[in-house]
Amino acid sequence: METSRRRVLQLLGLSAAALATPPVFNALAAGAPAAKPKIGPGTEALTARQWAMVIDTRKFKSEADVKPLVEACHSIHNVPHWDEKRWEIKWLWSTKYESAFSGTASGRFASEVFEGRPFLVLCNQCENPPCVRACPTRATWKRADGIVMMDFHRCIGCRFCMAACPFGARSFNYRDPRPGIKQTNKLFPTRMKGVVEKCSFCAERLAEGKMPACVEAAGGKLAFGDLSDAGSEVRKLIRENYTIRRKINLGTEPAVYYIV
Amino acid sequence: MLELAINIANFTFLVGVAAGGVMVVLPYYLHDYKAYGKVTILGEFLAIASVIMCITFILVDLGQPMRVLNVLLYPTPNSVLFWDTVVLNGYLFLNLIIGWNVLEAERNGVHYQSWLKPLIYLSIPWAISIHTVTAYLYCGLPGRGFWLTAILAPRFLSSAFASGPALLILLCLIIRRVTNFDPGWKQIQSLAVTVAYAICINVFFLLCEVFVVFYSQIPEHMDHLTYLFVGLHGHGAYVPWMWTSMALMALGIILLVNPATRKNELTLIAGCIAVFFGCWIDKGMGMISGGFVPNPMHEVNEYIPTLLEGLITIGVYALGFLVLTILFKIAVSVKEEVRA
Repeated sequence: METSRRRVLQLLGLSAAALATPPVFNALAAGAPAAKPKIGPGTEALTARQWAMVIDTRKFKSEADVKPLVEACHSIHNVPHWDEKRWEIKWLWSTKYESAFSGTASGRFASEVFEGRPFLVLCNQCENPPCVRACPTRATWKRADGIVMMDFHRCIGCRFCMAACPFGARSFNYRDPRPGIKQTNKLFPTRMKGVVEKCSFCAERLAEGKMPACVEAAGGKLAFGDLSDAGSEVRKLIRENYTIRRKINLGTEPAVYYIV
Repeated sequence: MLELAINIANFTFLVGVAAGGVMVVLPYYLHDYKAYGKVTILGEFLAIASVIMCITFILVDLGQPMRVLNVLLYPTPNSVLFWDTVVLNGYLFLNLIIGWNVLEAERNGVHYQSWLKPLIYLSIPWAISIHTVTAYLYCGLPGRGFWLTAILAPRFLSSAFASGPALLILLCLIIRRVTNFDPGWKQIQSLAVTVAYAICINVFFLLCEVFVVFYSQIPEHMDHLTYLFVGLHGHGAYVPWMWTSMALMALGIILLVNPATRKNELTLIAGCIAVFFGCWIDKGMGMISGGFVPNPMHEVNEYIPTLLEGLITIGVYALGFLVLTILFKIAVSVKEEVRA
């Protein structure tokens, strides 16, 4: 096909005109320019330098004490339930003493004391999180309030955060999670297949001035507050009780404390 | 529960095969070992095919492969996976540019362009870097005692320099048989010496690991090797595989260190196959599955690949060998043409 310079210039001109039209039409259709939505922290938002949780393990005697907490968390966060273990998604769950404190557990005789007692585990919101170091897309990052946050929409599903986490606190959606959700909470996003998820200390509730769902459901068995505030309830509990944390020998500085 | 195994295992192993190509590039360009002039292009093309397989294995392993460009959109220098993306793609392009231009120069009967020289020198440490960074993916993770060892990168490299050249020897022997181009018996023998040294060093490094782990008796480090070689808490799917791997590597050492068997084509082939598959089991399935079991909570969740995963693996290998066949066909045709 023969193409003249004139023809090329004509086509270029037409293309430029075509590219320029949508903004013109959009502007006409919108009428007066609408005010941009404002994004910022709410006036009721709870703030902290490092959020932390204290779990009073003495008050968790059996699975019945744990279940309402897990139920509260998993239902509002649209966490799917699968019977197959390899598909399991866990934000908050219970495990036995030796698993929760493997490597740092005080030993085989101490574990007899804790026989059969459930130990609540969740993301430790580490002060020095190895998962954040491993993520190649910054889909998981540490916020100014200490929460290790997760962007389900940026995550590429490489699962290196899961390999880096020494607590098994992260879960991967090996299948579409939506059919596994009993009742969808429309106020929280559901996830898609192929992304990692975990507990976020209920960042979305803190933003509205509410305590995390599990803390609210625990009726005093859990305490939540700012670790950097010497007068906070968590600091008071840590001061007055003997507390342990999971795998402190690894230097990740977990923000979840256990009174034993 | 984390399952990150068969794709990542093959990825890790193939990074080694790709890095192994440097064992012909280095003597030729750095020590002026002229004999390797005939086989460097094969080493470089093998590296290209291997890196393509590596990148494909990572891609099929991602939960959201269509989001993979997020790695470039949000570059994260603190993530080793980000650096692995950089070095693997860099190595792919280095080998494409060097291999293609040197081959073209050979075809035209001229010396390759002078601007290639710095790239060639760069490609040598770059080959070391791809496997070092790949080892750093694993050995910097807290709570995974099996990998938390400074010798992981050296181990990866030693097995790379055994398995890569072992595959190259087998490929050279096939080319000798089916084409008019002879990579040369002397070259194959030199490569066999490299494989012999590398596999010995690899086993030595493994024994260093075994000593540290079992003499210190720290459970978090010991239980992984225990799981792999004798089984843990009644789980031991990998036990027969690991012992097969040990037997294959031992056989490889016997056949390749011994001059009589190294110089005999039949036993050389047997030795190279033993080294290749011995390293594949050891570094592929053993190294990756062993690192995840037991998990940091000291629970045993055994990983067995599914049929679908197996089929995907075969598919990726098929893609890689297709690329390899095309590249080798080009190289061999040029070599035949130049000789004619």
